[in-house]
Amino acid sequence: MSATNLNAAGLRRDEAAERLALFGLASPALLLVLVVMVIPVGWLFYVSFIGADGNFSLENYVRMIDEKSYFRIFVTTFEVSLLTTGLCILIGYPLAYFMSCLPVRIANLCLITVLLPFWTSLLVRTYAWLVLLQKKGLVNSWAISLGLWDEPIKMVHNMTGTLIGMVHIMLPFLILPVYGAMRSIDRDYLKAASNLGASPTRAFWTVFVPLTTPGLFAGALMVFVLCLGFYVTPAVLGGGRVILVSMKIVSNIELFVNWGAASALGVVLLGITVLILWAASRFLRLEQIAGGGH
Amino acid sequence: MWSWLKSPASETQVTHLQRLWLYVFAIVVMVLLVTPTLIVIPMSFSDSQYLEFPPQEWSLRWYRHYLSSPEWMEATWTSVKVAFLTMLVATPIGVVAAYGLHASRFGLVQLAFVTLITPMMVPVVLVAIGAFYAYVKLKILYTITGLVMAHTILALPLVLIVTGSALKGYDMNQELAARSLGAPRWKAFLTVTLPQIRFAVVTSALLSFLTSFDEVVIAMFVSGGDNPTLTRNMFNALRDQIDPTIAAISTIMIVVTTLAMILAQVFGRGGAGK
Repeated sequence: MSATNLNAAGLRRDEAAERLALFGLASPALLLVLVVMVIPVGWLFYVSFIGADGNFSLENYVRMIDEKSYFRIFVTTFEVSLLTTGLCILIGYPLAYFMSCLPVRIANLCLITVLLPFWTSLLVRTYAWLVLLQKKGLVNSWAISLGLWDEPIKMVHNMTGTLIGMVHIMLPFLILPVYGAMRSIDRDYLKAASNLGASPTRAFWTVFVPLTTPGLFAGALMVFVLCLGFYVTPAVLGGGRVILVSMKIVSNIELFVNWGAASALGVVLLGITVLILWAASRFLRLEQIAGGGH
Repeated sequence: MWSWLKSPASETQVTHLQRLWLYVFAIVVMVLLVTPTLIVIPMSFSDSQYLEFPPQEWSLRWYRHYLSSPEWMEATWTSVKVAFLTMLVATPIGVVAAYGLHASRFGLVQLAFVTLITPMMVPVVLVAIGAFYAYVKLKILYTITGLVMAHTILALPLVLIVTGSALKGYDMNQELAARSLGAPRWKAFLTVTLPQIRFAVVTSALLSFLTSFDEVVIAMFVSGGDNPTLTRNMFNALRDQIDPTIAAISTIMIVVTTLAMILAQVFGRGGAGK
């Protein structure tokens, strides 16, 4: 073997060692995630297959199919998540479009109205809605004095309140990526479409909207996945009348100390989340979803 | 005014008049995004048991109540301590991980990255009950250590994404230049790379602090005993009744986070990265 070959082998070895060393820089973070999340969730997975008698059993999963109440909880969770995502798109898309048409300087000012709630504590925003929507709250008293309705309407501790709160909290997650996608579109495409005879409406739907779909998809996915596991806002604004999977998990542990049932619900919830993300990752890169609008 | 309404607003010659509905809609939505939070501020200065807007009698009653309650004060102190420690742990290990994964071409990089950002995808309830179980075994339930560990894994994805995107916009050849001039790798990182991504690092630190300070569900399970957090106490109070003290606490939280974000903007101005 010649000297150059030896040298090349040495360099390759060095490079491999460096790659490994650099990778090792991530090990404290990885270790922490492993200890606090991966291993405990793995254990929950195991517990979900243990029955009340301490032996292997599928009873925790069978219960979910047999008992109507469990099935309803999943339906409610999907309903709430889908409605929230849909409303976020209906409200957020036009707003993002509005901002994307403004000069950057003014758009940045408008963006503050999206970012301000983003920074504000989740609990504070939930509390604010609780105060505003209650029977003697501001919304009711103003609506009555304006003659919109006569009797105070119950808007909190039910589905309406839950949806209002959730849409308000999720909107920034949708607006930011959609706005980002809209900004990066070359508006000359629209001119070209008009020039070729498309009406403004047609140019918008066939040229503009398709170009924003990656951002819209990423935002909607983020909202949907976050809604599936959301706890705080529905627990406060739903007032026990809107029961989502996450709330059932908590009550199974806190009230009934039933780890098997709670774990099985958790495993199914996680499974659904992973499945959705996996399906989406075939179209999008995962970082792109997680990155949102940043 | 009329001529402005008649002038084209878009590339496709739609006039501002035809767009008027969009403008009205957007302004209403922007107002709705901001007001619910801001309306809590004047309400917190009310003298009444019931939250009123506008308050009929102004007073600092609820602030006095908050500041003189040892329970609320201790919870606040716990939250600040935990959030500060989370920031101190999550920022360095997250930044170092982001750098390592960015620079290394090792085969498992993608897997490691996905593992590190999963805590933001996994339903937080699941993380909470998992941590609860693990902490019973590790005998760190209801300790500050346990809470900081759990909050750190929630903060890591944000640190990784923010710092990672700053590194993507940074030319690593600068570090190579420093190393070819004799600087060891760690020195090249500290003196060449780090100053250029400092805004991302500051943002990461701030986000870590806020993530921990605002966290409720994990705190519900693994904080308690002598160390309940502020948000845990707030959440429990919200479930029972509408206590105006929470309006006062909310106002303080809004002011503090807004100040923090402004400081980050000022501090980071002119910085490279994000």
